[in-house]
Amino acid sequence: MINTDALIIGAGPTGLFTAHQLKLIGLSCEVVDNLDKIGGQCIELYPDKPIYDIPAVPECTGEELINNLIKQLKPFNINFHLNERVDEVKKDNNNWFVKTNNDKIFLTPNIIIAGGVGSFEPRKFSPKECEKFENKSLFYAVKDKKIFGGKTVTIFGGGDSALDWAVELSRNSKVNLVHRRDEFRGAQSTVNKMKELVNSERINLFTKYQLIKAHGSDQIQSIDLKHDDGRTKNLETNYVLGFFGLIMQLGPIAKWGLNIDKKTISVDTEKFETNQKGIYAVGDICSYPGKLKLILSGFHEGALAARACFKLARPDEKYRFEFTTTSSKLLQRLGKKE
Amino acid sequence: MPKITYITHEKESYTIEVQNGLTVMEGAVQNDIPGIDADCGGGMACATCHVYVKEGWLDKLPKKEDGEEDMLDMAFEPKPNSRLSCQLTVSDTLDGLIVDIPSKQT
Repeated sequence: MINTDALIIGAGPTGLFTAHQLKLIGLSCEVVDNLDKIGGQCIELYPDKPIYDIPAVPECTGEELINNLIKQLKPFNINFHLNERVDEVKKDNNNWFVKTNNDKIFLTPNIIIAGGVGSFEPRKFSPKECEKFENKSLFYAVKDKKIFGGKTVTIFGGGDSALDWAVELSRNSKVNLVHRRDEFRGAQSTVNKMKELVNSERINLFTKYQLIKAHGSDQIQSIDLKHDDGRTKNLETNYVLGFFGLIMQLGPIAKWGLNIDKKTISVDTEKFETNQKGIYAVGDICSYPGKLKLILSGFHEGALAARACFKLARPDEKYRFEFTTTSSKLLQRLGKKE
Repeated sequence: MPKITYITHEKESYTIEVQNGLTVMEGAVQNDIPGIDADCGGGMACATCHVYVKEGWLDKLPKKEDGEEDMLDMAFEPKPNSRLSCQLTVSDTLDGLIVDIPSKQT
């Protein structure tokens, strides 16, 4: 079990700056994120897109912004718990008991939700029966490629993940690649490689087809595909892989007893506290009259929520407002002074 | 003001006046029309404002920019008449546009 003054859920720009503010005022914090990397939407959705409305930064990409925020955290030792989704939050005397999907447990008086639009989850196939095959013969990520050796694998998607796995698995498996249109959005070199493998009959390519049904009792035996023109086709296959990118879902946050309206959490504008004492929401996921979904607003909200955390984490101390330009205590924490 | 009609999967029809310059997505979100999530807020980064455009309208719409078709790959049950409503800027030529909202966005 990890004891901490504050737990931040979400390692996007708002979560990162909130961690900075907590450490600066002398509190400990831990950061949890469901993704395998730091950066949230900035990294997952628009790493290369320029942003023009960060104060004092005329232009930077999503990736540059995150790299700078990580650099700003350098003086502080912050634990990131990546690939962890917070599943359970419950009251434990004056603390919150928090459990992740991997059974990691935190005990903290303060939880700051900086969850953007929720957690990123793989986008799934639409036919209902696909669910019962999930993680048995139907996957949205490859964990152990050995299981596909000598089998027939049908891969859906048109991006880099679908193409990379089609090329890779074609070495030891019979591969079908299915995509809803003729154009592929993956890297041109991978597209070329895939096309060579199609010409040498190592990959069977089906374009303008989508999955409409999966057959089988425990394991998938075959699938039905439908062409844009209405034709259907049955394919025998042992495994199905879907690579349709990620979607954002509020997920377990919806079950923590918070006031939620249209996927956002209502907060006050003094502490950015929710209807639950000690749980705050900052950044895109919070709402209040006048809320702007801008990164700069997330920074402001995080700074105020961090000060609110101080009261619950250090009930016997008084928070004193200080500037980094003049306070020797803050400069010490920043590693600028002995 | 141009009128846009949104038809939900449950066949409920909403006809809304949407100001020129706003997008079909914004018209839906500002008027609480169910079924258009627009998680990324109009950044062409999520495919959760996906609509099917009624026959006859496809050619009159603003052309697809690079990237819209890529995002549509990830939409729920895309069809040849699929568009992202955040990319459809309303103008007088779109007066009377009808879009169908898919059964779900994710």
